[in-house]
Amino acid sequence: MILIWVALAVAVGVPIVFAATSEQLAWRGPVYILAGFAGIVALGLVLVQPLLIGGYLAPLSAYRGRRAHHWIGGALVLAVVIHVAGLWITSPPDMIDALTYASPTPFSPFGVTAMWAIFIVALLASLRRRLELRPRTWRFIHMPLAIVIVVGSVVHCLLIEGTMETVSKAVLCAAVLAATIKVMIDLQVWRKRRTLRGESP
Amino acid sequence: MTTVVFNRRSLLVAGGSVLATGLLAAGASGLILPARADGLAPTESMSGGANNYRKGAAVVDRIGKGGFWMSGTVRRAGDGAPLAGQRIQIWAHTVEGQEHEPQSHGATLTDKDGKFRLEMPQIIPIFGQPHGHLAYDSGEFKTVFLRPVMRSAKETSLEAHFVLQPA
Repeated sequence: MILIWVALAVAVGVPIVFAATSEQLAWRGPVYILAGFAGIVALGLVLVQPLLIGGYLAPLSAYRGRRAHHWIGGALVLAVVIHVAGLWITSPPDMIDALTYASPTPFSPFGVTAMWAIFIVALLASLRRRLELRPRTWRFIHMPLAIVIVVGSVVHCLLIEGTMETVSKAVLCAAVLAATIKVMIDLQVWRKRRTLRGESP
Repeated sequence: MTTVVFNRRSLLVAGGSVLATGLLAAGASGLILPARADGLAPTESMSGGANNYRKGAAVVDRIGKGGFWMSGTVRRAGDGAPLAGQRIQIWAHTVEGQEHEPQSHGATLTDKDGKFRLEMPQIIPIFGQPHGHLAYDSGEFKTVFLRPVMRSAKETSLEAHFVLQPA
């Protein structure tokens, strides 16, 4: 039980510590540094999400895990907004290129696509009750978007040359992929006509 | 009430198609190349090349304290003749300043062989790639903005080549 928490702390903490000791920081302004770390934190939150919803973070109950998943989702939106806003302040033309899919950097479209997927999921999640989305419908919307968020974020991160150390970055990305695949298999999200455990109708 | 059938395939297709949008956007810019049969084709501006450009950087012996070399050639479209005395403006995010800051900008002139070479501070990765910016923007020929990327952030030089066409 304690092992999963230690593993999570290492997977997210080690890349942050390495990035915090990067020599690149010396040549960056505070806003750019904040934007970079917001991006790393966002990737860490993307790892937390499947762990929460899969109920792997004992002793959190399925109900509490689900509640935390909602809050972490909101935190993820905030981290992405800080990431994008900070980069915009650092170099407006580069950020505009990225947001308009006109960037020369191959990782930008992946990050921007993941960003929109995060925003869409967060918006629909907040309107889920009002729209009276049934669990199956919600899953049908959320699962493809979750895949887009995970794959988009991982590719975006791996292609970037910045403050993150290569090995710890790759390990974090592998953990995100592994957690996502595991939760999707365990919860059988693709099985027809089945209510997820602990889910209210 | 309609029953929608969800299966692994439909989910993967939906997820994949959204990702493909990103892939296509990334790939499309690299696919558009000028195809010309008659002689040397002019260099097209690179996407993002003009970002943080400051018009009219002064011709200098060196940008800042130096330690990094930006070099290249300037030739005429068609016959490929070297163009002497052409002003090339150079800027980048370096150890001495950010891309938009004035001290990160400078210009140099090509020699009689159309070559240029300017010492500048070490370029460092910015926005995920270690890259420099160069501009030909002097009026006689069509303006070109380049944005070459270093193979590694540890490299201490970078090249960019211009083939210009009359404005």
